[in-house]
Amino acid sequence: MNTNMGIFAIFFSAIFTQNILLTYYLGMCSFLAISRQVKASLGLGAAVIFVMTCTSALNWLVYYYILVPLDLVYLRFIVFIVVIAAFVQIVEMIIERVSDALYAALGIFLPLITVNCAILGACLFMIIRGQNFLQSVVYGCGSGVGWMVAILAMAGIRQKMSKSRVPKGLEGAGIALVIAGIMALAFMGFSGVIK
Amino acid sequence: MRGKTKKVFLENLGRGNPVFIQILGICSTLAVTNVLKNTVIMCCGLVFTTTLSNFTVSLLRRWIPSRIRMMVEVLIIACYVIIVDIAIKATLPDISRQLGPYVGLIITNCIVMGRTEAFALSNPPGLSLVDGFSSGLGYSYVLLIIAFFRELLGSGSVWGVRMLGNWWVNWSIMVMAPGAFFMLAVFIWIVKGSILKPDQDKKGT
Repeated sequence: MNTNMGIFAIFFSAIFTQNILLTYYLGMCSFLAISRQVKASLGLGAAVIFVMTCTSALNWLVYYYILVPLDLVYLRFIVFIVVIAAFVQIVEMIIERVSDALYAALGIFLPLITVNCAILGACLFMIIRGQNFLQSVVYGCGSGVGWMVAILAMAGIRQKMSKSRVPKGLEGAGIALVIAGIMALAFMGFSGVIK
Repeated sequence: MRGKTKKVFLENLGRGNPVFIQILGICSTLAVTNVLKNTVIMCCGLVFTTTLSNFTVSLLRRWIPSRIRMMVEVLIIACYVIIVDIAIKATLPDISRQLGPYVGLIITNCIVMGRTEAFALSNPPGLSLVDGFSSGLGYSYVLLIIAFFRELLGSGSVWGVRMLGNWWVNWSIMVMAPGAFFMLAVFIWIVKGSILKPDQDKKGT
């Protein structure tokens, strides 16, 4: 679907027209749980961008240089999730050693990322679409940025919302979903921009 | 034992429902509910995975070191998901293509992970089997209701058969992303507002 697209187009379509959160609904769980404060969402967003870019690169290499030649494509789910989990673990250890400030900012979010469906989703999408290495990395990075844009916007809106009166049954998740719906509508407005 | 089994079973269908009370597994709830047929397949896959992975984790719970338990759980879940994926691909290739990555994403579905983590690690296998099965069912019936309305309003049909006459103008927004968010929000609203009593839904996030 995206094979003939330029790198630039892939990057922007991953952020706006095909936002991984608002059109593919991936990463909703942590999206709803974390988006209460702007600061936390900023940290999680940064961690997602980083992990997503690196894991889509790693998984691309693993898929095309190990799994395809060995004819083990059906094991891809297990391999991808192991690569993601291992990568996250290693990054966590490195950050802990190297920088205390960075660890304080990102550390608590890293374990959450292993089970963030957006990361695995991005890896599976890149395989289904048959992207090449560069396209996959750009797609991974763009999706991460798109996810961060969405969660930041959401956190900002939710902070304002805390003062307003919401119908009883809609409090919490309900109203968050309504906001996400309106944001998805707004993002649909971008759909004509990239052909 | 019998009473407890029944309690566990009903808990997951009603007050502890994974979708509208605990808000877990939302990703796939939204993604596969635009057509009823896909939803049914997805639900079967999920029920299969939660039931068996809960059972397996519970069987192995004494031997799983607690430091790496997440990893072990994910691997067990992934094995079952691969079985589901291959089975769907072999029997229903069209639907497999439409579902795309979402079958694989059952692995990171928070319901499966959440149940193994919260229930199977501390309960015997038989009870875990029931718990997994019923949380799968609790998830499924919510999805089926949402999918029914989205397909009816969005394409005027149910299970691919046209239900509403030619006078019906499709709400095409319902089969697209925003419709899913609104539909789930309305569903949660109705359930929380009218069926459950307000003082008992403390579990909500």
